[in-house]
Amino acid sequence: MDRIGYAFADGFTIARRNVIKIRRVPEILVAVLVTPLMLVVMFAYVFGSSIDVPGGSYREFLIGGTFAMTLIFGATFTGVGLADDMQKGVINRFRSLPITQSAVVFGRTASDVIYNVASLAIMAGAGLVVGWRIRTGVADALLGFGLLLLFAYAISWIMAYVGLLVPSVEVVNNASFIVIFPLTFIANTFVPSDNLPTPLRIFAEWNPVSAVTQAARELFGNIPAGTPAPQVWSLQNAELYTLLWSAIIVAVFAPLAIHRYRRVGASR
Amino acid sequence: MHPSTHPSAASAGPGGIEANGLVKRYGDVVALAGLDLVVPPGTVLGLLGPNGAGKTTAVSILTTLIAPDAGTAVVAGADVVADPRAVRARIGLSGQYAAVDEHLTGFENLDMIGRLYRLGRRRAAARGRELLERFSLTDAADRPVKTYSGGMRRRLDLAAALVAEPPVLVLDEPTTGLDPRSRNELWDVIRELVRRGSTLLLTTQYMEEAEQLADDIVVIDHGREIARGTADELKAMVGGERMEISLHTDADLDTARRVVARFCHGEPHIDGRTVAAPISGGAQTLTEALRALDSAGVGLLDVGLRRPTLDDVFLVLTGHVAEDDAAAASNAGPTPDRRSDESMEVAV
Repeated sequence: MDRIGYAFADGFTIARRNVIKIRRVPEILVAVLVTPLMLVVMFAYVFGSSIDVPGGSYREFLIGGTFAMTLIFGATFTGVGLADDMQKGVINRFRSLPITQSAVVFGRTASDVIYNVASLAIMAGAGLVVGWRIRTGVADALLGFGLLLLFAYAISWIMAYVGLLVPSVEVVNNASFIVIFPLTFIANTFVPSDNLPTPLRIFAEWNPVSAVTQAARELFGNIPAGTPAPQVWSLQNAELYTLLWSAIIVAVFAPLAIHRYRRVGASR
Repeated sequence: MHPSTHPSAASAGPGGIEANGLVKRYGDVVALAGLDLVVPPGTVLGLLGPNGAGKTTAVSILTTLIAPDAGTAVVAGADVVADPRAVRARIGLSGQYAAVDEHLTGFENLDMIGRLYRLGRRRAAARGRELLERFSLTDAADRPVKTYSGGMRRRLDLAAALVAEPPVLVLDEPTTGLDPRSRNELWDVIRELVRRGSTLLLTTQYMEEAEQLADDIVVIDHGREIARGTADELKAMVGGERMEISLHTDADLDTARRVVARFCHGEPHIDGRTVAAPISGGAQTLTEALRALDSAGVGLLDVGLRRPTLDDVFLVLTGHVAEDDAAAASNAGPTPDRRSDESMEVAV
């Protein structure tokens, strides 16, 4: 096998180990499956029952935002996983082995895609039960799921960097909450961004979370009839804007995370 | 101070370890201040020192986890800075901070490591089973490691270091925190490895462990070597054996001192009703001294022949007791000069 082949094999071995943990660690199972299920059902009935959207169903409008928010929060797992491995000394073991060193971080982010696929599947199932429907075709729907997963993958590289930067799992959780909560709420995830106060509206309009949500809604056919077309480029071209942001985030944070991984022993 | 081979005098050869002038600083704190180490192939070097002495920093450099600020190190024929990958392929690391995954089973841990060493799927699995058998972990093979006892966990950790049958093994405080029985079991396992010809670098804060397992011992404190030699050579540095007698009454003190003086070197030391004196000739001399005391009518409460331990060596060399220092370090928390070792230990 050549170097790249080995790198993939190493990444696969690490990812496989992380996936085994879904069955062993109840916290992971809850975070990957139970919490997303709960969020879909809760949002659908609490908000979805009390807010009317003219020309459509708020419950359907809501689901794209719930998917986006849950998957982005799910990226915290990447950071938590790496911080945990560092705290427990597993990273030191990996670093003493003759493997492709970036494989540990790549394997981590790859296994988190699997976590996210599981979360998305359970959310989609729950969504269908509470009345969400895909009103487009299979290709559009798959593209919608794909964009959500891609954007979550990009965010998990930010979290990988954070996880390797900070000393403990608790710090990762707090740091991620401080960043992700405003990012997913000052957006069109739960309410249309048009009615927000101007500074927040501008932030929400250019927030990539809004774009990925908008893209998912369009691709699932969940934009209520009669909704005015978006006024800003980012939301008019939501798919492209999401792809751009995902590419930029990975291009910046993957090298940062890998560089950091190579140095974790040095500063501790 | 250097009874055994000095690094400049010998090369470690392809299967050994040779480090020259290792320096590592963390900010203003000097973790290693120019450490030399030589472990000839097939031998065991014990690196002995209290917490914060620089043991973990030295191990981290030799296992390529961190780069030295100065100095060179060649492990199993490869330079740790220039060719870390080759070093990693030829060493096995086990110890307090390179851990196994507690959520995986014993088998899954070894299987994963075998795959990462690129043994291939089938050989990795076979090697895993074989090691579990050898370390008496077969019954626990398919249980998550978090259900293991401390001793089982350390055995698995050691097995993990052996997956690729590396010529050089680095064990960082392999028995810290274990109860005496588990410690003895692990010592047996390590002795067996040494019999099979492994080169071993072992760090420890336990004198007894170094004495039990190591051919040569390097004592370090504050990032530099303060002594090296075999256990016997180190003990000789603090002086030989001493006889100690305790008396029933003060009245006999003077007689006892005069009698003992005939058998010892120098003046006997008197502390309360105890007379202590350096002697040579061991039990023979002691017996003769006792006969003479008996004929002089001195009543004895207690008699002993005391040989110096490595603890005495450490006390003499550093001016403090190793294990007290370790306890103080864990009570005081991470003070700057202990940062390197201390933060590594959090990872246990």
